[in-house]
Amino acid sequence: MASTALADRRWIARGEERTSLSKFLFWLAPWVVLLALGVYAAGLCLYYGLNQTNMDNRFAFGLWIFLDLGIIALGAGAFFTGFLVYILKRSELRPILNASVVVGFICYSGAVAILGIDVGQPLRFWFTFWHPNTHSMLTEVTFCISCYLTVLCLEYIPILLRNRQLRKLPSFLVFEHQLHKLVPVLAAVGTLLSFFHQGSLGGLYGVLRGRPFAFRQGFFIWPSTFFLFILSAIATGPSFLILITSAAEKVTGKKLVPHDVLRRLGFISGALLGIYVAAKSIDTLIWLNFTSPSRGFAGWQYYMYKPFGTPILFAEIVLFGLVPAFLLTFRRTAAQRGLLLTAAFLACCGVLMNRFVLTVQTLALPTLPFDEFLQYTPSWQELASFGGVIAYGVIVFSLSYRYLPLFAQSKGDDAHVPGH
Amino acid sequence: MSARYGMVIDLDRCTGCGSCMVACASENNVPALPRATARTGITPMLVRRVSNGREGSEQREAFIPILCMHCEEETPCVHVCPQQAVEVDQATGIVMQMPQRCLGCRYCMTACPYHARYFNWSDPKWPKGMEASLNPGVATRMRGVVEKCNLCHARLHSAQEKAAAAGKREIDPADYVPACVESCPTGAIQFGNLADPSDPVTRDSHSPSAFRLLAKIGTEPKIYYKSKEAWVRALAEPNSTASGITSRASSGTSEAHHG
Repeated sequence: MASTALADRRWIARGEERTSLSKFLFWLAPWVVLLALGVYAAGLCLYYGLNQTNMDNRFAFGLWIFLDLGIIALGAGAFFTGFLVYILKRSELRPILNASVVVGFICYSGAVAILGIDVGQPLRFWFTFWHPNTHSMLTEVTFCISCYLTVLCLEYIPILLRNRQLRKLPSFLVFEHQLHKLVPVLAAVGTLLSFFHQGSLGGLYGVLRGRPFAFRQGFFIWPSTFFLFILSAIATGPSFLILITSAAEKVTGKKLVPHDVLRRLGFISGALLGIYVAAKSIDTLIWLNFTSPSRGFAGWQYYMYKPFGTPILFAEIVLFGLVPAFLLTFRRTAAQRGLLLTAAFLACCGVLMNRFVLTVQTLALPTLPFDEFLQYTPSWQELASFGGVIAYGVIVFSLSYRYLPLFAQSKGDDAHVPGH
Repeated sequence: MSARYGMVIDLDRCTGCGSCMVACASENNVPALPRATARTGITPMLVRRVSNGREGSEQREAFIPILCMHCEEETPCVHVCPQQAVEVDQATGIVMQMPQRCLGCRYCMTACPYHARYFNWSDPKWPKGMEASLNPGVATRMRGVVEKCNLCHARLHSAQEKAAAAGKREIDPADYVPACVESCPTGAIQFGNLADPSDPVTRDSHSPSAFRLLAKIGTEPKIYYKSKEAWVRALAEPNSTASGITSRASSGTSEAHHG
């Protein structure tokens, strides 16, 4: 055991204090069990088919699509931080850059893994590239997410190659050095791709003229949800980074990032959230008063079914939108760690609720006059796969924190930051 | 000249017997799925029962067969499919589904306001011996793909082959009749070419008692319904408060199901 611990120590960066190997394994154990359960459930779905889920012909999208939309929105902190640092030259955010890349990688790879289970014929994924329907928002999503996940891998590799043992290999060192030169370019490409796929994810629902609850008008081919999704993702991505960093600080018992950096992230998040809330409110009013009635659906119809009453709209816009926007933007409230974290949490809840409403409420609501309000409860296989993705994220982040320079500030300098 | 195949379904004649559902399933090799529910079964033709929402002597019911509406404009499923597995056949107006190209993402099912698309949640299976009764003109569909009504496209192929063998370019309308139309004992379902002004179906589609479901969303469905009952015609409007169907949730719908 002592020799194993010694070997483990050799993989941890010099001067970095990490918990003992046994404690680390104890921390990982429950997540590994959850991941194994998730892999088993996913295997059942792939082997026996999607009859293992509780989705059906009326509720054709379920928990997994909500998960995809949710974690891709939260993972927007990766491209947005890269954009702020490399394009807008906000170098004060560098300490959190590596962590943002890892969070983005986890979110996007987790989403792609779930999509692989969610489609009925996963081996036909390449058909979208071979027979693309250029009118479909899903085509754009598939192209952009595939490309952006590649970009995230390329951004993650230099961080991976900064590992103490991997750096000893000269070829890796050269490769990492060369990749570093590309990082600003990758950040710019990632920003472009992310803007498009975040928007297209919103467009997925906004173009559904057969679902008046989701259908929105907009500019040219883009419904308003295209722009709202971009705004909400870049507004809440930084908040999610604040939460992840704080959780890491809580678990490790270390100060990983200066509060000023988190406060700066919080301010950016809050300001964007304020703009999003204003845009969302205007969009909602236009939809309720013009778009929906012109298609024969009165706005009140959508909110007559419990639990999707008007409180859910109020919660989304005010409780999870306006309130965190104020808390994050004002210096006095953002200076208090508790309030900053609460606001970041509310903002993340808001974007998740928005994605939930668009995915689940859209399908639950009737369209035909003789339809009924539908209910759907995920099966244990769906829940386990969901849990498996969360466990995968925790494991990858934990391993990255232990063996890689995730938070440059934790060592007191930023020498490990790529591209610096 | 391009055809625009469509239907006019007389709801006053429909007795809800389900013959159309059985004929459709038999014609199109729909698998028997003993464990399927009303929401997981495959019913390209589905007869639904609707009520006016009243009670006692004022209660009225009707049966309404729901199938793919073969939308003409901005066809929702065609618009969203990421890999062109759905298309509108320009020669016939039929919305075609290609299961061989389908990814099984089910985005088209989300897009369809009529819930007329079905996913193969399980492997297709038939009771022993029943394989011998499968229609050789229709390919069975595999697990994990979406399917729907294609207006018995195999019958159109047969009619085209027959016309070609006789040296004709146009098919004889009598040679192309979908299975549901053929099987309806009351003649409630009429099928024809909506692009032909002299076709009885075209004339019926313009009658004052004809209506289409969710016409206001602008997808121009080619399946028309007709009824002399005002409350039935009100089904055309999503806002059913004016029709006597006071609430969707309490309108007392149920679905006949082929399993």
